Amino acid sequence: MYRYDEFDHKLVAERVAQFRRQVSRRLLGELTEDQFRPLRLMNGLYLQLHAYMLRVNVPYGTLASKQMRKFAHVARTYDRGFGHFTTRQNIQYNWIKLEQTADILAALAEVEVTAIQSSGNCVRNITSDQYAGRARDEIADPRMYCELLRQYSFLHPEFSYLPRKFKIAVTGSPNDRAAVAVHDIGMRMHLSDVGEPGFEVLVGGGLGRTPYIAHTIRKWVAPEHILSYVEAILRVYNIHGRRDNIHKARIKIIVNQMGIDKYRALVDEEWERIKDGPLEIPQEEIDRIHAYFAPPPYEQLEDAAASLDELRSRDSSFDRWMKSNVVAHKVRGYAIVNLSLKAPGKPPGDISADVMDAVADLADRYSFGEIRVSHRQNLVLVDVRQNDLHALWKELQALELATPNIGTITDIICCPGLDYCGLANARSIPVAQDIARHFIDIDEAADIGQFTINISGCMNACGHHHVGHIGILGVDKRGKEFFQLTLGGSSDQNASLGERLGPGLPQHEVPTAIAAIVAAYKELRADGERFLDTYRRVGIEPFKEAVYGPEAKKAVA
Amino acid sequence: MALIRGNELVADEFAHVADGAEIPAHGPVLVGLEQWQAGRETLLARGAPVGIRLRSDQSPELVASDLPRLALVALEFPKFRDGRAYSYARILRERYGYKGEIRAVGDVLMEQLLFMVRTGFDAFEIESDDPLGQFRTAIGDFTVWYQPTADGRKTAVQLRHPRSRRPSSS
Repeated sequence: MYRYDEFDHKLVAERVAQFRRQVSRRLLGELTEDQFRPLRLMNGLYLQLHAYMLRVNVPYGTLASKQMRKFAHVARTYDRGFGHFTTRQNIQYNWIKLEQTADILAALAEVEVTAIQSSGNCVRNITSDQYAGRARDEIADPRMYCELLRQYSFLHPEFSYLPRKFKIAVTGSPNDRAAVAVHDIGMRMHLSDVGEPGFEVLVGGGLGRTPYIAHTIRKWVAPEHILSYVEAILRVYNIHGRRDNIHKARIKIIVNQMGIDKYRALVDEEWERIKDGPLEIPQEEIDRIHAYFAPPPYEQLEDAAASLDELRSRDSSFDRWMKSNVVAHKVRGYAIVNLSLKAPGKPPGDISADVMDAVADLADRYSFGEIRVSHRQNLVLVDVRQNDLHALWKELQALELATPNIGTITDIICCPGLDYCGLANARSIPVAQDIARHFIDIDEAADIGQFTINISGCMNACGHHHVGHIGILGVDKRGKEFFQLTLGGSSDQNASLGERLGPGLPQHEVPTAIAAIVAAYKELRADGERFLDTYRRVGIEPFKEAVYGPEAKKAVA
Repeated sequence: MALIRGNELVADEFAHVADGAEIPAHGPVLVGLEQWQAGRETLLARGAPVGIRLRSDQSPELVASDLPRLALVALEFPKFRDGRAYSYARILRERYGYKGEIRAVGDVLMEQLLFMVRTGFDAFEIESDDPLGQFRTAIGDFTVWYQPTADGRKTAVQLRHPRSRRPSSS
């Protein structure tokens, strides 16, 4: 993992001191709320329905155990004993007092964690593949480039007042687990003919009320030039992005209004000017950061498949967990283990302070002290010895972190919704809980197979509903909460936006509708087809029929 | 309204000419883009320094060839949240090598001053009870820089690798 040096520490300490002054100026009335808002947002602080919410960065989803323990400490000392992991790999606290914020940020700074630019119209936390550096399908490790981008973006003097927020995601694997095509900038790593890594850069993706899949703006950018290339994209956006209407201010709007070719021409023109300037990353800096991401001291182990097979054949619940929550590691004898934060009945992504501490201990004992956060709101231990899997599974069960549902229909992405958020139209968490209860039978969920349900409480789409195989969007119709379903969305390397199924449904009809869709899928699927494959083959009509047709009406009545 | 230049409070020698208003007979003037474009030769013939005021939707690219003859470019922040002028200042300094004064005007607030300094502004019109105190506090907030800009401050990367072959800020 990256470790701060003297410069990084100093910058964060100075930022905390600056924010302490800004808060006191606000409390003294020297700053109006209008003037203070962007300052607090750029330090992660939102004003929500009931209290302030603090969003803390988990850079590219990577955490050390001591950082997780500090999260637990903050949850206990300054919040109500829990936190919420988000689709941007961050953690949010929902019951924060303005007066205590600078103290919280100082506490977090002790373990090299910040809330810098976790909100605001600036470059947000850089996100990545939760398996980065460990996945067997990876082409190159994206983490060091994420770190370079993190430093580059922090307190950028030119780009702290962009037209709107700006999100960057990077994947080093062709199997995109970082949803790069729905980011303002997405980066996919490729290898050159001589095996050197480089980046395909995408621009203008995003969700919200006007969803777009990103365009490829450049097929190849060499690693030492990524900062100048990103700067060129940002400069064109800062100047040309729309500032007349907040709903049209994201880069996706200007890219699609202008057309990707024109946008590319402007970026290329700017890039030519700055590419060989001081933003070119010196090899020494690449080497310095690269060293932090050296592999941990793995043991020479044999593959433990045979002994695991025996345990699996004796215990079907261990077998199910192995199938859904454990992923192949690139080092022999090791495995990647997903910790599900989607136990039935729990708000997706929520975690108590005690469980945070327990996860930190497990990371120390089983996984070189490192924890990852996925954009699907789960946690990951990325370096577990295969021989330890059974023992770890037992411990995870006791913590309710072993629900064998990763990638299945109950592994639901869900925003905080109207229970917390001032923007929401509807309560999304109860819908997630209802669906999880409906599909509580693990065998059935396993039979339904790979499935994503994403729920947003409003069209701002924090729950990524457009790119769920089934998306659920909370809407307000004359003061009542309704839920609109979309089908066929995906955020992977073949990203697509979901298509609207039909009129919104009241909350109690949502699980029934999902069940009808699932039943239709089971009926229609060919061998080995996921729901998404079947949907893409047969189209939306059969599912419309299943939910809104005469038979469905009878069932509901 | 106070004017800060070179870390000090100074008197403003430029007469601010409102759009369409008459140009005074003598002394330095600050005019809008339209007035500059309409009366460039007359303005220069006066023999006094001329400054130009650009709104946030007017890029300095529009006056690139005039820059050697302009003593001052005032970039407007219509609202402090409109961040276009940060890019304009860098374009003036880094693309065009402009050496004259770049002045921040409009909604210029303490908490944004350091970003302005870093992007190339060197003069600031501030509405405040204690403009100089605020300015000095604000620009002292940080001593570490991650981004190279034309202000010449050494970045963390440059300090980490003092003998790197890469050029420092231009």
